[in-house]
Amino acid sequence: MAFLLAILIAFILYPILRVLWIALSDETGNLTLIHFLNFFRRPLFREALGNTLVSGLLVVVFSGLISLPLAYIIARYEFRAKILLQTAATLPLVIPPFVGAVALQLILGRSGMVNLLLMRWFDMTIPFMEGLTGVVLVQTLHFFPFILLNTVVSLSNIDPSMEEMAQNMGCHGFRLFRRITLPLMLPGFIAGSLLTFIRTIDDLGTPLMLNYKNLLAPQAYLRITTVGMDDVDGYVVCVVLVVLSLISLLAARKYLGLAEYATVQRSAPVTRRLHGKKLLLVWLLCGAILGVSLLPHIGILLLSFSKVWSFTLLPTAYTLGNFAEILFRAPHFIKNTLLYTLLAAGLDIILGAAIAFLLLRSRLAGRNLLDAIATLPLAIPGVVLAVGYLRVFHGWDFPGLGAPLTSSWVILVVAYTMRRLPYTVRASYAALQQVHVNLEESAQSLGANRLKTFAKVTLPLISGGLVAGGLIGFVTSCVELASTIMLVPRIELGPISYGIYIYMQSPLGRGAGAALGVVAILLVSLGTYLTHRIFGGRAGNAFRI
Amino acid sequence: MKRLSFWLVGFVLYFIASSAAAKEVVIVTSFPKELFETYKKTFEGKHPGVTVVINSKQTNAGVTYLRETKAKPEADIFWVSAPDAFQTLESEGLLENYAPPKEIMARIPAKIGTFPIHDPDGKYFGFAISGYGLMWNKNYLQAHKLPAPKEWTDLTSPRYHGHLVISAPSRSGTTHLTVETILQAYGWEKGWALLLNSGGNMGTITERSFGVPEAVISGQYGIGVVIDFFGLSAIASGQPVEFVYPSLTSVVPASVGIVKGGPNPENARAFVNYLLSETGQLVLFSPEIARLPVIPELYAKAPKDYPNPFKSKMGGVNFNDTLSSGRRDVVNSLYDHIITFRHRELRDAWGSIYKAEEALARSKSANAAQGKTLLGEAKKFASQAPIDDKRASDKEISGAFKSKSGLKAQLETEWETFARTNYDKAKELANKAAAMAR
Repeated sequence: MAFLLAILIAFILYPILRVLWIALSDETGNLTLIHFLNFFRRPLFREALGNTLVSGLLVVVFSGLISLPLAYIIARYEFRAKILLQTAATLPLVIPPFVGAVALQLILGRSGMVNLLLMRWFDMTIPFMEGLTGVVLVQTLHFFPFILLNTVVSLSNIDPSMEEMAQNMGCHGFRLFRRITLPLMLPGFIAGSLLTFIRTIDDLGTPLMLNYKNLLAPQAYLRITTVGMDDVDGYVVCVVLVVLSLISLLAARKYLGLAEYATVQRSAPVTRRLHGKKLLLVWLLCGAILGVSLLPHIGILLLSFSKVWSFTLLPTAYTLGNFAEILFRAPHFIKNTLLYTLLAAGLDIILGAAIAFLLLRSRLAGRNLLDAIATLPLAIPGVVLAVGYLRVFHGWDFPGLGAPLTSSWVILVVAYTMRRLPYTVRASYAALQQVHVNLEESAQSLGANRLKTFAKVTLPLISGGLVAGGLIGFVTSCVELASTIMLVPRIELGPISYGIYIYMQSPLGRGAGAALGVVAILLVSLGTYLTHRIFGGRAGNAFRI
Repeated sequence: MKRLSFWLVGFVLYFIASSAAAKEVVIVTSFPKELFETYKKTFEGKHPGVTVVINSKQTNAGVTYLRETKAKPEADIFWVSAPDAFQTLESEGLLENYAPPKEIMARIPAKIGTFPIHDPDGKYFGFAISGYGLMWNKNYLQAHKLPAPKEWTDLTSPRYHGHLVISAPSRSGTTHLTVETILQAYGWEKGWALLLNSGGNMGTITERSFGVPEAVISGQYGIGVVIDFFGLSAIASGQPVEFVYPSLTSVVPASVGIVKGGPNPENARAFVNYLLSETGQLVLFSPEIARLPVIPELYAKAPKDYPNPFKSKMGGVNFNDTLSSGRRDVVNSLYDHIITFRHRELRDAWGSIYKAEEALARSKSANAAQGKTLLGEAKKFASQAPIDDKRASDKEISGAFKSKSGLKAQLETEWETFARTNYDKAKELANKAAAMAR
């Protein structure tokens, strides 16, 4: 506990506080709240706050609508090529920076594929990518897998005998879903919604991609990263975002804490096989949802083979040179990405499991503090954490490294681990919440010590949640940009996201950047697919997506 | 776990071993890959044994990086376009003094137009010259039946409503200079009228300088306000775009500076010398780099039709650098709060004005004259800046952007409210005027 707390304080709380202190102090360095008063006095910030809340709620609602049917299908039905569906469902989370934006513009933008066709046929265009509507649309397509992934785990953790009992007593159809299934799967659903909400309000990539600036996250980013100005307001907005995220976290915790979700029995849930018309229907539904949310990926693939693509439906000149460039001339981007993200995901799983265990199974004072700190990175812009790291770790040689932490690639692993920790914590927390403490107590009364109980009983039962969390961590780290750009010590140590940034700074580099994006997507698909293959089998039905 | 820590220790040892090779020069730059890779290759060819280490960062991330690592700098060279980034670093004492050899400096004139090529205090040196202009997508203009632009004033044409793109000056040092050029060329009041009117014509305002050429190249928007090499290198790479310098433009050097206390000062000086030498300067002519050297005689060796800033009439503005840097924060914040963040309202206001204008031009109604008066008022509301140029250069105001006092918040709120009310009024008046055309 003390060890965990020390790690979190050293790598999350302290660096962040070093940066955000500016928002809480006046010119002489005393604590003040005047900047927050100013925040609420300014119409621009009030507008941004309102827009942020509205977009967060809308994205959660729409994502929920998309995810519930998909989650139900994945958890309850068995059909061929399901693993393909499961893999594809993770991909929307990975929109590589910059190239994703360009690709989406080339398809949905005002001179994109769809609008060019509309112009040709009907002489009209639809502004998919403009204003707050565009932001909500893209964010929904981007973030719905958070709800999907967590709901599926939750759904397949439900003891089927509960539903059978209800059915025996005459409860069927929607009523069964509403009265039994829905309440039982709430931990996963709420955890997913919470992640989606927090990610949406803190999302920087989408608003920047659509050039929509009247939201809190871009206001913070734009103000913090302006040359030559230490704009207090940027940091104030950061603090407001942190507070919002913590409030929503506490609200979700409070709500879930009211009821008990643990089940004692663990029998394999029944999955039905699908055939014929029903199967076709399922494929159509999934195909439609995923087809739309994978538009950027299709665009990136096209872009990676294109030489000239300007104001036309499809590229006008193709080339393989982009792949030659990134595979032979600059292969280090791919190698680094694998190294950093796998290490970070591994560390995240270990830390996440330990924290979740302490939160739910111990009565130690300060465990809620642990939770709060572990959730902070969700709400902290990558830039702030990165600047914090430079400030805290730069001046002195890190023991064992012989150099400051910030001049080696280890800092990137640390940054990814901490930035993605909230995912594994939330996922393990939700998984552990569904494991009844009786199971552990019986193991202990049979003579197992705490460690053995954890290793032999708890761990296997929550492994689905752990791996799901680790997977999200890996997937999102693959394309993490904000902290990367600040922390990469030299070009040879940069991961894929950094490579994309470099290529995208030149007109010739668009294709090569897209090719790197394709590699990132392939890596993520491969990771997801392998996880399903390995854990889908061994962990029984605990791990579904 | 044991295995993991074994690997970790292994990697760490590997890292320590690999960082032992010391003959390096570490460069923080925002330039595109084509540029720094070519220079890396040619410099390493001339100085065998020295490795050029590139640390590519956006300009603002680069400044932050140098500031946060100043206790123990790891970079030797800072190498970007935006002069304001160098001014910031200089004012924070992060740059080293250097006097390059006389034979190199003798070939470079002191000024381009009225802009000093090198920092008078010897902290940073211009190595390439850039002008600002307009680039457009030929396919796009053809499809939308639009003429190509020539001058800044063309950007206010109703035809271009929604077809233009610019990056916010607070985000891009080069756009800030463009904005400042317009303000100095046309005067504060007329300049802002032009900026507001063209702002109302923007389809979008991007957050990165490179977002502009990207949007134009991919045909999302027709015409972009860019620094010349974005346009020239895109043309060189076969994209269907063109570029023009407006007659009133300023030309400004892109610079290089030595980081104070960097680990390899000798190599850093060698790199600066190389950049400014004839061989280093000739590299700028390669088509994928397409920048303008600072040694005037080299233009004899330039590719055909290459712009020569020392000869051509480029730079019809007597650019006042002191004025520009003195009010930089004010101008940037002003632009953000009345244009970037209020873009929707501004665009709507100008949209309504154009509609009313068209209706009135065709109208035979008896009220048309009265409508035109209303329209004139509407235009006035949509092209006014909340402060005058005296106030913009006021010490108290520009100081507010450097301190944590509440004055900055108060000013920004004032400007934003001013803009919102004005644009609403403009829209209302324009609609009224349009009604009179009926």
